[in-house]
Amino acid sequence: MKSTILAGALLAFATATCVHAQAIKLADVAELSGGGATVGTNWKNGIDLAIEEINAKGGVLGRKLEVTHADSQSNPGVARAQVQKALDAEPYVLLGPGYSGSVKVTAPLAAEAGIAQIMGGEAAELTQAGNKFLFRTSFGQQSSMPKVAKYIHDEMKAKTVAVVWVNNDFGRGGRDVVVKELDRLGSKVVADLSTEAGQADFAADVGKIKAANPDAVFVYLNEEESARILKELKRQGVNAPLMGETTLIGQKVIELAGDAANGARGHVGLTTDAPVDLIKAFREKFSKKYNYVPDHNGLKGYLAVYMVKAATEKMGKVDPKKFADTLHGLTIKAADEPGILMDVTFSDTGDIDRQSFLVEVVEGKQVVKQVLPKVK
Amino acid sequence: MSNLFDLLVAGLATGAIYALVAVGFTLLWQTSQTINFAQGEFVMLPAFLMLAAMHAGAPFWLAIILGILLSMILLGLAFKMLLVDPMMRHGVLPLAIATMALAIGIKEAVKQFFSAEASPFPSIVPTGDISILGHAVSLQSIGVLAVAILAVLGLTTLLNRTSLGHQMQAAAQNPTVARIIGVPVERMILLTFLINAFLVALASLLITPIYLAKFSSGEVLGQAAFIAAIVGGFNQVRGAIAGGLLIGVLDNLAAAYVSTQYRAAVPMIFLIAVILFRPQGLLGRAEERTV
Repeated sequence: MKSTILAGALLAFATATCVHAQAIKLADVAELSGGGATVGTNWKNGIDLAIEEINAKGGVLGRKLEVTHADSQSNPGVARAQVQKALDAEPYVLLGPGYSGSVKVTAPLAAEAGIAQIMGGEAAELTQAGNKFLFRTSFGQQSSMPKVAKYIHDEMKAKTVAVVWVNNDFGRGGRDVVVKELDRLGSKVVADLSTEAGQADFAADVGKIKAANPDAVFVYLNEEESARILKELKRQGVNAPLMGETTLIGQKVIELAGDAANGARGHVGLTTDAPVDLIKAFREKFSKKYNYVPDHNGLKGYLAVYMVKAATEKMGKVDPKKFADTLHGLTIKAADEPGILMDVTFSDTGDIDRQSFLVEVVEGKQVVKQVLPKVK
Repeated sequence: MSNLFDLLVAGLATGAIYALVAVGFTLLWQTSQTINFAQGEFVMLPAFLMLAAMHAGAPFWLAIILGILLSMILLGLAFKMLLVDPMMRHGVLPLAIATMALAIGIKEAVKQFFSAEASPFPSIVPTGDISILGHAVSLQSIGVLAVAILAVLGLTTLLNRTSLGHQMQAAAQNPTVARIIGVPVERMILLTFLINAFLVALASLLITPIYLAKFSSGEVLGQAAFIAAIVGGFNQVRGAIAGGLLIGVLDNLAAAYVSTQYRAAVPMIFLIAVILFRPQGLLGRAEERTV
């Protein structure tokens, strides 16, 4: 009888120890191949770096983090299948994808499973559909565009603005918010030009901008098209200051547009060139581990994991069902959790508020000119 | 008004490049009944050959020469001997389909060996403006226009003023009779393939600094040049030139005055109108083939 009790007690202890030591499982679905391979690879490496750091310091609430990576092939259809597969394994939190289109089709699956999804998409509509489980790692257009409009009005002192945008979900979303904000601030949109994704010839569009003679031009296109329009703006001698987002002043755009990119300014939510000590340290760690300088997607992946850590420690337990509720309205300070890099607040819709940067291209290099404070 | 002038200049510059490519279409059709649906990819590839030469350490001028020579070997000689000659005996349609397959093959190969991402390409014309009739016109537009016009003038002089050109015309108009009077028809056909390869390499050199070097950039160009060739007249070099310039200007004016979204539709509508009301093209002649 005694031996049975002893055996039972030992079994109970062993099970408890086993549960205690069980790793927290995260699932990542990212663009590891296809057109978004740069995005997905940076994101994945950021995640791996953060997990390595956290586990080296004892994990979260004493439990190690584990992640499985799946490839969406930059294809929303594949992303959906991979997310379904990942959710079937019942992860604690779902990370990714990075493309807005892939997030759009996978978010309902995660919401249905009641699993929080921390993703890289930036399209405005993603967090406007009432999904209570979706969280951003970077600004949505509804957060970044008001800052852009304010800069054009207050700092560039532009009374008239030409707005050039790409005719897809991304471009239209940004255009709608910026035009509304410019109108509210009193800057007049004198040319509102839609262009096509993959467009090669911008002569006519730039001709229209030239004819409208605006005080500033807001350019919101994908990277390659941004480079083409920058070259055409230079070719036709348009001297109005240019303002955009990450897609106007990214490293790839600078490489493609060459001299024509000089002087272009852009609002950037995350950049590894930011004058923030924690970001500089991140950049150094990342570069040392992977032998290249990460882009903002590397930062996003890294932040996603630290969001998981901070929210879990706030709850004091690993509870996938309560994770989303905890993160809503949460402010994480970099002083308390250095891995979050900058103070950040999550809204009830999963949107993000934190400081951001105004970058200018100077002699082919991104230079941070100004730090823009949190909106609230 | 100044806007219209700028649009016309930009349209003519783009149109001149379309014209170079469209002339190639008509040359191949005239001499060998080849409708080359890979013509757009033929424009895309030389830029990558030049980039490869530059990566290997060649200066830009040498890369241009190497690129043009390699294009003439690959897109002229090899294209004729390995694809056109074996497929020709099966008729025009199988050959056209084979060129479509070639287009896909070239695109995928470039994607595989270079990258799916765009690459920058240096311009042979410096950036800057000059003033024409009180309007600032970019040197690049003028340069593109000038090179294209020179190429076309050179070609028409070759065709109309030299014995070689007359032999080429004879070979195109009536190969049997040409053979009887001693024209080396096969060599003349090969020459047109080489000229086409030279023209597409030149077009590549002019357009790539603006469009960037990308595996997919031939799609737009091939389509525009094809439309230009049909609109102008598939059986006339001067028709292809006029068609190219017209489509370039029309495309720019449509983007400015109709809508950017429908800019691609306007040349198409024009194409349909030409096919309906003047199927031989604006400058083409019905039921006749001449170079």
